[in-house]
Amino acid sequence: MEDLLQERIVVGDPHCPLDVLDVDRIRDDFPILHKRVHGNRLVYLDNAASSQKPASVIKGLSTYYEMQNANIHRGVHYLSGLATGLYEEARNKVRKFINARSEKEIIFTAGTTEAVNLVASTYGRKHVQEGDEIIVSAMEHHSNIVPWQLLCEQTGATLKVIPINERGELQLDEFEKMLSSRTKLVAIVHISNSLGTINPVEKIVEMAHAKDIPVLVDGAQSVVHGSIDVQALGCDFFAFSGHKMLGPTGIGVLYGRESLLDAMPPYQGGGDMIRYVSFDKTTYNDLPYKFEAGTPNIAGTIGLGYAIDYLESVGFAKIESHEMMLLNYAHEALTSIPQVRLIGTARQKASVVSFVIDEVHAHDVGTILDQNGIAIRTGHHCTQPVMDWFEVPATSRASFLFYNTKEEIDRLVEGIYGVINLFK
Amino acid sequence: MKPELRELYQQVILDHNKNPKNFKEIPEATHQSDGYNPLCGDKLHLALKVDDGVVTDVGFQGSGCAISKASASVMTTMIKGKTPAEVDELFKQFQSVITSSVKDAIDYDELGKLAVFAGVREFPARVKCAALAWHTVSAALHENSETTSTE
Ligand SMILES: Cc1ncc(COP(=O)(O)O)c(C=O)c1O
Repeated sequence: MEDLLQERIVVGDPHCPLDVLDVDRIRDDFPILHKRVHGNRLVYLDNAASSQKPASVIKGLSTYYEMQNANIHRGVHYLSGLATGLYEEARNKVRKFINARSEKEIIFTAGTTEAVNLVASTYGRKHVQEGDEIIVSAMEHHSNIVPWQLLCEQTGATLKVIPINERGELQLDEFEKMLSSRTKLVAIVHISNSLGTINPVEKIVEMAHAKDIPVLVDGAQSVVHGSIDVQALGCDFFAFSGHKMLGPTGIGVLYGRESLLDAMPPYQGGGDMIRYVSFDKTTYNDLPYKFEAGTPNIAGTIGLGYAIDYLESVGFAKIESHEMMLLNYAHEALTSIPQVRLIGTARQKASVVSFVIDEVHAHDVGTILDQNGIAIRTGHHCTQPVMDWFEVPATSRASFLFYNTKEEIDRLVEGIYGVINLFK
Repeated sequence: MKPELRELYQQVILDHNKNPKNFKEIPEATHQSDGYNPLCGDKLHLALKVDDGVVTDVGFQGSGCAISKASASVMTTMIKGKTPAEVDELFKQFQSVITSSVKDAIDYDELGKLAVFAGVREFPARVKCAALAWHTVSAALHENSETTSTE
């Protein structure tokens, strides 16, 4: 009974009379959560790597291939019209989901990685020269580091890195000092996948915009944890992946401010991105098609639309309060284990918990937990600079979504005690 | 504790992990190499002294999981007094231990200390951890001094 009461914590949405998430019902929507692994009920805590999919998304994909499949934007026949309509409807859902002004600002990519690379190679190629600077942070995913390093190699520009403190928070005073007339772009992660830190993006945008510097936000981790409003954030680019927000793999989004996208050269050449092709001169299509060369991931895009429908049907108010409850519960449980040290204790945090166990390498932790049916991520999480900063070779990471439960965290803790006992 | 896990984390392996043998620098090394397993971040520096075609001393340093550390530790205890060709032969035996079919019986007499790694066969994701030290010693002895990667 006390447990029930504890779960009834504040929920911000006044339109939501029932303020507690019905996790059991939610879990029924995700077929894979009922799977058994190595003889145990699956405890899936690797959501930051990729989320699981609700039945509505899975069914949507098979319905597309069974009844709606054709190429888009090119056929006069019935199915092509149907597929085109579904594809563009998904674009509209994405626009509303992140509150972009126009569908011209929504470009479909293969994922966050491709979205960042798109900006680096088009915006970058056009605006960045020798002596210029690009600013990233010490907690970036490799996909928001390497494209900029490549650009710097090609142009002679320099990459600057905002340092973090021992909690895993950005040092904004240092950031302030780095901004200059040489800065051509700031590329920053919204929520760190290895630390869980939620970065103050509005503030960062405000500081950069004061010097007319555009900001790209890596939203790979943030879109599934809370509602995103790109206009309120004020950022110029926002990148995310479908597979981390209940959607299919191979689909992602680049949001870009229309005026910037308009001025950027195309990314890849091919079909769909052109208006008229001749060997003398080729003219490009309008936004957003200018950046979508070739047959896109049609099924994935439509599936992403269904994932958005699902998230909205649950509601971010409930999602956020449930996930905060899980985060607090996990923090308390893990800090009560003397051999466990948390890596990443930012004051603003999403439901991602990285930790190390004294004298035990993360890889061993991962193997042993897996035998108990518990899926976590171990390693450097594609953020090697973060590992270097905290002087750990690797961490174990449990990342929670709204379909996770306190009981699953109890299983995690039990598993960790098993590891500690084995290595005693 | 599941039997597969017990088999993987045998007491011998846990002991080598806790108190690795030859975890040291070799000041007058004639051969060395760095091993790196990008998947888990295991980093291993291996140094050897070879006199008259025989390994006379060997030491390793670095960080890694229990499997890779124990494997490096056991390896260093087995190769002293051996020629590079004999080390290659041991490496081959080791590979057969960690990659043979789970159903194949292990000949404990013939394989000796290497047999403790037979549990790795149940864990394909850990084969690279177990093999890192051996790949690295092979690279060192064959004068391939660039970082060895398991990828
Ligand atoms: C913060 C962050 N950025 C970028 C990415 C890359 O996303 P994707 O591999 O879907 O392109 C990830 C995924 O791991 C991430 O967590």
